[in-house]
Amino acid sequence: MGGGEFTALKGLDLQFQRGEFCGLIGPSGSGKTTLLNIIGSLDVPSAGSAIVLGHRVESLSEKQAARLRSKHMGFIFQTYNLLPVYTVFENVELPLLLMATTEEERREKVMAALKWVRLLDKVHSRPSQLSGGEAQRVAIARAIVKEPELVLADEPTANLDAQNSYNILDTMLRLNEELKTTFIFATHDEKVIRYLKRKIYLDDGEVIQDEIVHAGA
Amino acid sequence: MLALKLAYRNLVGKKLRAWLNIGVLSFIYVLIIWHQGIFSGMYEQAAINSVKDEIGGGQYWHRNYDPFDPLTLEESHGPVPPELQALVDGGRAVPVLIRQATIYPEGRVQSIMLKGIDPAQKILAIPTAALGSDRETLPLMAGRVMAKRNSFKKGDLITMRWRDARGTFDAREGEIVEIMSSIVPTVDAGQLWLPLERLQEMTSLPGAATLITIDKEMTDPPMVAGWIFRDHNYLLKDIIDIVRSKRVGGAIMYSILLFLSLLAIFDTQVLAIFRRRKEIGTLMALGMTRGRVIRIFTLEGMMNGLLGIVVGAVYGIPLLYFSATRGIPLPYSGEEWGIAMTARLFPVYSVWLVGITVGIVMCTVTIVSYLPSRRIARMKPTDAIRGKIS
Repeated sequence: MGGGEFTALKGLDLQFQRGEFCGLIGPSGSGKTTLLNIIGSLDVPSAGSAIVLGHRVESLSEKQAARLRSKHMGFIFQTYNLLPVYTVFENVELPLLLMATTEEERREKVMAALKWVRLLDKVHSRPSQLSGGEAQRVAIARAIVKEPELVLADEPTANLDAQNSYNILDTMLRLNEELKTTFIFATHDEKVIRYLKRKIYLDDGEVIQDEIVHAGA
Repeated sequence: MLALKLAYRNLVGKKLRAWLNIGVLSFIYVLIIWHQGIFSGMYEQAAINSVKDEIGGGQYWHRNYDPFDPLTLEESHGPVPPELQALVDGGRAVPVLIRQATIYPEGRVQSIMLKGIDPAQKILAIPTAALGSDRETLPLMAGRVMAKRNSFKKGDLITMRWRDARGTFDAREGEIVEIMSSIVPTVDAGQLWLPLERLQEMTSLPGAATLITIDKEMTDPPMVAGWIFRDHNYLLKDIIDIVRSKRVGGAIMYSILLFLSLLAIFDTQVLAIFRRRKEIGTLMALGMTRGRVIRIFTLEGMMNGLLGIVVGAVYGIPLLYFSATRGIPLPYSGEEWGIAMTARLFPVYSVWLVGITVGIVMCTVTIVSYLPSRRIARMKPTDAIRGKIS
């Protein structure tokens, strides 16, 4: 996979099950973000095939890929990527505005998502008024508000201190367990790795270890 | 709706930069409408006054008559044809005989035109009735500008010299019996009015006329051999041309202003797209296509124009209403414009004028908002999310 002279991923054969809480682990340049982008239909493999939620990513048109992301996927970014001119409520509401939902339905879902991340008291705040941990919890709320089947998180704790990182991970784990949402992380943060139920180690674009962590382990 | 909401919030989020653009655009809207309204008012005022005082519903010109060539005046007259005589008798047309003459105001020699008209006519609004007074002297009427330039006042005796139909010079004195205050320069400057029959008699041209003005209510004027009918389009052409030239001058001025404002919007858009790459990537990740993101950014730029309309309306409507009802005092009198203008100009704002102004500004704003937004189409979402340029 990859283009031109640089091959980001090679010889991958991976399957993810619904409800997994797994991570792509590896140093910078190992290909974890590229793989996450392909799963998220933001990028396409130059060779081989990626089937996500029954859709072959490389054969999707831009519109189809956008629809797939809009309906079935949530994204969490390292730098939160909240839209600065919107309030917390509006940021979380944004994915729902792209779907056919009524205002009342949107309000209910946004409030439920904010309750999940324990940010009901920040509904009218702007991103600039939030701490890093709060901003990332808003990003999580935005990712889960449409109840997606798959949430992709790229280094979600990289900009957070330990306490905030644990809070975020607790929240995501709770969502995974109670809503059965599939989480795939790209990370090299030990705090995240400790929470993962499946750990896929990548190095230089190749899977070097795929480990399933059994309960109680 | 989403795009509109996003665009609005983003625009308002730009704060001072956005309000500066909006303020300048609102000023451009108001300026264009106000300026064009002045020219529309100028045209209407000039046209209405010209129709009232000079051209009525149109004029039949003797086939030799050329107002721009005084040498043709000797030959440009003829008896009023029977078809038009019936109109004259019915009070629906008035003949005018025009002849050259020389006067000697304050010792100077000045060429003028003598215009003979029936004092009892009702077709034109000039006060010709004053020429009908039963005096021994030859009654003359001058316009306000003509009187001012030659220091004429009522009761002054004017010595005139002219040639009759055979080319023989003749001279006599006339008395200024009326100074009319028409604002139409072409019934005022360089001319004196006198009773038609007296002029015909003086020039040995009984029953002759140079032109025949018809009632403005008259439609479908007949064709008459030897006479050419000149309608409003022809007779008001000078006014139309003057107003058009002034409109062009004004258009250049606010085109420059509009260009500067568009440049600011373009610059703001380029900067916004550069600074908000992460936002663009995030919107794509959330499920927007590039086309939709382009639409949001274009709409955001267009919002400058839309809010410019709102802001412009807030102060523009009272301002335009005030100037349309109170009028604008002109810094100098109308005769220097070369068209019929009063001391106060009343602008005329039409729905068409407002619509076309808003349309032009919105179109140009949309184009300059769209052009930088096309860059989004070349962005890779994976790079945009990280704030990279692809």
